[in-house]
Amino acid sequence: MRLRFLIPVATFAGIAVVMWYALFILNLTEIPTEFVSRPAPEFSLEPVPGYGPGLAQADLATGKVVLLNVFASWCVACMAEHPIFMELKAQDTVDIYGLNYKDTPDAAAQWLTRHGNPYQRTGMDLKGRVGIDFGVYGVPETFIISSDGKILDKIIGPVSKDMFEARIRPFLNGAGS
Amino acid sequence: MVAEIGQFVLILALITAIFQGVFPLFGAARSSQPMMRFANNAAFVQFLAITGAFICLTIGYVTSDFSILNVTNNSHSLKPMLYKISGVWGNHEGSLLLWSWILALFGLAVAVFGRNLPDSLKARVLAVQGMIGVGFLMFILFTSNPFERIDPAPLDGSGLNPLLQDPGLAFHPPFLYLGYVGLSVTFSFAIAALIEGRVDPAWARWVRPWTLAAWGFLTIGIALGSWWAYYELGWGGWWFWDPVENAAFMPWLAATALLHSAIVVEKRDALKNWTILLAIVAFSLSLLGTFLVRSGVLNSVHAFASDPARGVFILIFLIFVIGGSLLLYGIRAPMMKGGGLFAPISREGALVLNNLLLSTATATILLGTLYPIFLDAFTGAKVSVGPPYFEATFLPLAIPLVIAMAVGPFLAWKRGDLAGVISRLTFALLLSFLLVGFIWWQQTATPVMSLVGLGLFAWLLVGSLLEWSERVKLFRGPLLSSWRRTKQLPRSAHGMTVAHIGVALVILGITASETWQTEHLGVMRPGETVSVGGYDFRFDGAETVAGPNYEAVRGTFLASTNGGKGVYLFPEQRQYSTPPMETTEAAIRPMLSADLYTVIGETDGTGGYAVRIYHKPFISWIWIGSFVMFLGGALSLSDRRLRLGAPRRARRQKAATPDLSGAKG
Repeated sequence: MRLRFLIPVATFAGIAVVMWYALFILNLTEIPTEFVSRPAPEFSLEPVPGYGPGLAQADLATGKVVLLNVFASWCVACMAEHPIFMELKAQDTVDIYGLNYKDTPDAAAQWLTRHGNPYQRTGMDLKGRVGIDFGVYGVPETFIISSDGKILDKIIGPVSKDMFEARIRPFLNGAGS
Repeated sequence: MVAEIGQFVLILALITAIFQGVFPLFGAARSSQPMMRFANNAAFVQFLAITGAFICLTIGYVTSDFSILNVTNNSHSLKPMLYKISGVWGNHEGSLLLWSWILALFGLAVAVFGRNLPDSLKARVLAVQGMIGVGFLMFILFTSNPFERIDPAPLDGSGLNPLLQDPGLAFHPPFLYLGYVGLSVTFSFAIAALIEGRVDPAWARWVRPWTLAAWGFLTIGIALGSWWAYYELGWGGWWFWDPVENAAFMPWLAATALLHSAIVVEKRDALKNWTILLAIVAFSLSLLGTFLVRSGVLNSVHAFASDPARGVFILIFLIFVIGGSLLLYGIRAPMMKGGGLFAPISREGALVLNNLLLSTATATILLGTLYPIFLDAFTGAKVSVGPPYFEATFLPLAIPLVIAMAVGPFLAWKRGDLAGVISRLTFALLLSFLLVGFIWWQQTATPVMSLVGLGLFAWLLVGSLLEWSERVKLFRGPLLSSWRRTKQLPRSAHGMTVAHIGVALVILGITASETWQTEHLGVMRPGETVSVGGYDFRFDGAETVAGPNYEAVRGTFLASTNGGKGVYLFPEQRQYSTPPMETTEAAIRPMLSADLYTVIGETDGTGGYAVRIYHKPFISWIWIGSFVMFLGGALSLSDRRLRLGAPRRARRQKAATPDLSGAKG
């Protein structure tokens, strides 16, 4: 038996093990982040054309808890969470800042025109440099930022209603007291 | 009652499938005729039983029998009849039933059309089909039973997702499944060949038509799906590199590779092991595509409701089928005899290059699709890998592939003359440079990728036509003799030309629509006119209209060129009641030169509406090209050689030389 003929089955075995692990061991969105309780990294970005002033580190320390949402026009999951942000904006629940990740200005602007703009400010991270500083794994991610501009927590993947109530609402309530 | 009958015949089908998977194998091992012949009858009974189950479920939908849970969850009494019927397969349980039905249909087709196959090969092929059927039927019966009752029955159903209430989508899954399941036949042939330890050109002649058919159906299925996304999702995109789209695209790429490598096995008796591996991989990717989105392993906008019990079953099934077949391959493939030798620059060499590029493309897409799972497993992060990745990895593989596509057909078998071929392609090269130069001269700011795309389009189109005209000696003698040659040329040769031209047209559609699209996004008031892409769009206002199960805001646009009469466009924003959901119905005027695409959105409260107007040049050619590719496949499939392949094998069998290396096709 020549070993090279076993490469396909070995490859598949690797995939199967990971799928098994993904199915039974992993529990979705929880992640330890080494960035928690640290100040947001320093950055300063141009806005998505037509969508408000740009975004910089200083803009995040606003005296209240805010969200920093990493989004991109090519990200399908972003469409899933977008209506929730629109609703949050309509109800004025929390200020949201948009970090547009590895996108083109035109595509990002079109995307916001199509789906609505829930963001107070937007910043374009064209090359993904700021994303690296924030420890962004992929899109979408949502950072919860404290009143003094520190990262409190982050949510990986699309934000759902339940997730908002469970993981973001406590910070908002806590900030009031 | 109907549900109980359906349930009963499904169990019957499962039992038949178990027998079909076991007895013919024993029969083939012991040369027992009755046990081998049993496969035919089992395939027939299995087909009848699953047909019965499918009819039962359809009756449940058509009569809106809400005591069946599946009907309650996915249908509604007010739904138009077409969508009541398409609702049968518009959900997880029903779509699996459709899958199994097509599997049984193809099993029956092998039993009926495979009269000329050697008994043992046919028995083994049908046995493998039976085993796949066992897996699917068990999955349906134990985790996804479409006939589950609900008591008390509700007064009305909760409706089908309105996005799915669309004629394009009604026919998209059946075509896709015809493609997926068609690959199960080539898979079964590959496994049977591994068990027998023998692959000869006659085997390839059997595998090729099945691959062609599956490939054709997949092409249509994918094209329908992207067409649906184009007009239904309302933002004019047609391909998103979503996991589900990739799941259909990967088997298509693998089937395309298989299609070409099977030619080498047939003509030159080489690449046998590789072809078998491709057949296994192509079907494995189909299974992965069917299951990935149902297992809860991957999240997607298309995802069916996932359930952990299903995930376990799916994984075990995948390990059994894919792992088992690849293991069998690992053990048996080394014993296969290799065939004819060839120089790197030759028709075989070109086809090997095609295979390398296609399978690398498949692998990169697989990597991109599974990457989120891997990342999740190792770091716990949930991400979506976007088009930037796929575009960055797929295009560099696609470009050399298209360049080689024009060259390959010119090369001779065994040893080709590259310099000679390039000199014969001078005209194509010249024309593509002329086109690129002209476009660049018109508009220096044209992106490089657009120029590359248009150059490739001209290169492939002209190259394919040159090759064809050379074969029929067009303009090199009397037209009559060219016509005679055209008729004598095998249809598979015509099919290749047509399919390759189809690819060129798709490239044209993609490149032109990406490059020259113009649009207007903003608020318009009745009476206002904007100019987009040389057309004047006049907005005549919007009104509320009622549909059978929705209410809609319908806008009226008049699109005209200066002085022309123009066409009316009526985009809608629909509000469905069950389930409550909004959909965008774009109004599209498709033309060969461009599509006019209008969408109406929210009102601003003062009489204005948010509208989107696009002018998309040549975008229809993406779907026209896909259809031309399908036609090429169909033409090739109608080739006499493929239909008459089997009796030839029977004759060779009598010659008692199992190894026919070097046999000319």
